[in-house]
Amino acid sequence: MEKVIYPLFYFLIFPGFLFTGIVGLLASWVDRKVTARVQWRVGPPWYQPLADILKLLGKETIVPAGPRATFFLLAPVLGLVGVTLVSTVVWVLNLNPGSSFVGDLVVVLYLLALPPLAVIIGGAASKNPLGALGAAREMKLVLGYELPFLIAVFTVVVKVGSILFGDILNFQEFNGIMLRHPSGILAFVVAIVCSQAKLTLIPFDIPEAEQEIMSGPYVEYSGAPLAIFKLTRAMMLFALPVFLITVFWGGLHFSGWNLLWTILKYVALLVVIVVVRNTNPRLRIDQAIRFLWGPVTAVAILGMILAVVGL
Amino acid sequence: MALKTWPLKKSPWIFHLSTGSCNNCDIELLDCLTPRFDVERFGILLIGSVRHADALVVTGALTRQCVPRVKECYDQMPKPGLVIAVGQCACTSCIFRDSYNIVGPIDKIIPVNVYIPGCPPKPEAMISAIVKALGTL
Repeated sequence: MEKVIYPLFYFLIFPGFLFTGIVGLLASWVDRKVTARVQWRVGPPWYQPLADILKLLGKETIVPAGPRATFFLLAPVLGLVGVTLVSTVVWVLNLNPGSSFVGDLVVVLYLLALPPLAVIIGGAASKNPLGALGAAREMKLVLGYELPFLIAVFTVVVKVGSILFGDILNFQEFNGIMLRHPSGILAFVVAIVCSQAKLTLIPFDIPEAEQEIMSGPYVEYSGAPLAIFKLTRAMMLFALPVFLITVFWGGLHFSGWNLLWTILKYVALLVVIVVVRNTNPRLRIDQAIRFLWGPVTAVAILGMILAVVGL
Repeated sequence: MALKTWPLKKSPWIFHLSTGSCNNCDIELLDCLTPRFDVERFGILLIGSVRHADALVVTGALTRQCVPRVKECYDQMPKPGLVIAVGQCACTSCIFRDSYNIVGPIDKIIPVNVYIPGCPPKPEAMISAIVKALGTL
């Protein structure tokens, strides 16, 4: 019985769906509020993302005549499950590094690819020209950022010499965090750039560019499926920085002052993401790919070489 | 049903539909998003797809060519949704009422919840009208 209840509790309530959802919505409020302050506006009240989600859940869900309804309606759920699993696995391993299993890092990397995949499926299934264009752009963007992101994460694997989350956390516990090594710093910078693209925030919000293709893959969505997509994006805003903190920045600790440090680490990463989002213009898709496969990948490879040499 | 109406009042997303306006009302509408008025305080966002919209903001004197488009947009908006007619032209056709190419006020084609007269109406008037419209939900 315990074997069923504990994983369900982890998945649905504490590190999983409910917790990640609430913190993610608060994080997306911080994002909108800071954006408003940067533009010299007042900005929305703190419950705004929650109100948006509740409102969309209460509205009519229209399935257009063209699309395959199955894929059109299942795609958002796929993304939500992916991001919930990422959050659950990363948090459980942080709370109890001993429960690490072989290849958990690879599992999380694959799960992180699910939300963009869901956007691609949803956009392509909506049978709208703008949706298809958005899906195509999202696909190119995924191809663009996955390469440097994987190189950056595997720099850490080379440095630690193990592919287990538990070993990475223990290594940082005894040898100092990854950011103390030159290779770790380079990999971290690359990972931040790639996570900006993974979250599809400006300068990489090319797939859903509001002004040119009317929110791209989401264009035909309304009501509950759109709410799930919005929730997935908010949860990614929480799950992805936590993943980066775990891999590069010593993980999460909860005893005494360490709790404050953990929160500060997350807030610092969130602020970096929001500030980059507010101080840059949107790139074209070809510029984005050239940027991600050019300088960013070069820095990632440099970090990898430093890690192999032993710095 | 407080759980259903509260979020509707707190996050109305508006879709801007021009049916042959002179751009005057449209500019005043965009004024509402600027730092001086900042309608995001009330959760109001201007969105690009009519499928996400809660309120259809219609400007202009409804030309003959626009009629099928307006009907289509109204059908595509998920219900419950408001229709807001902005400007004297959208409310009454105004000086264009005798024109050969004008069908008439918006409420001839789709049901309208709020009328905002003026040429153009002030941003304050628009915000006040939207707030009053949300009160009727």
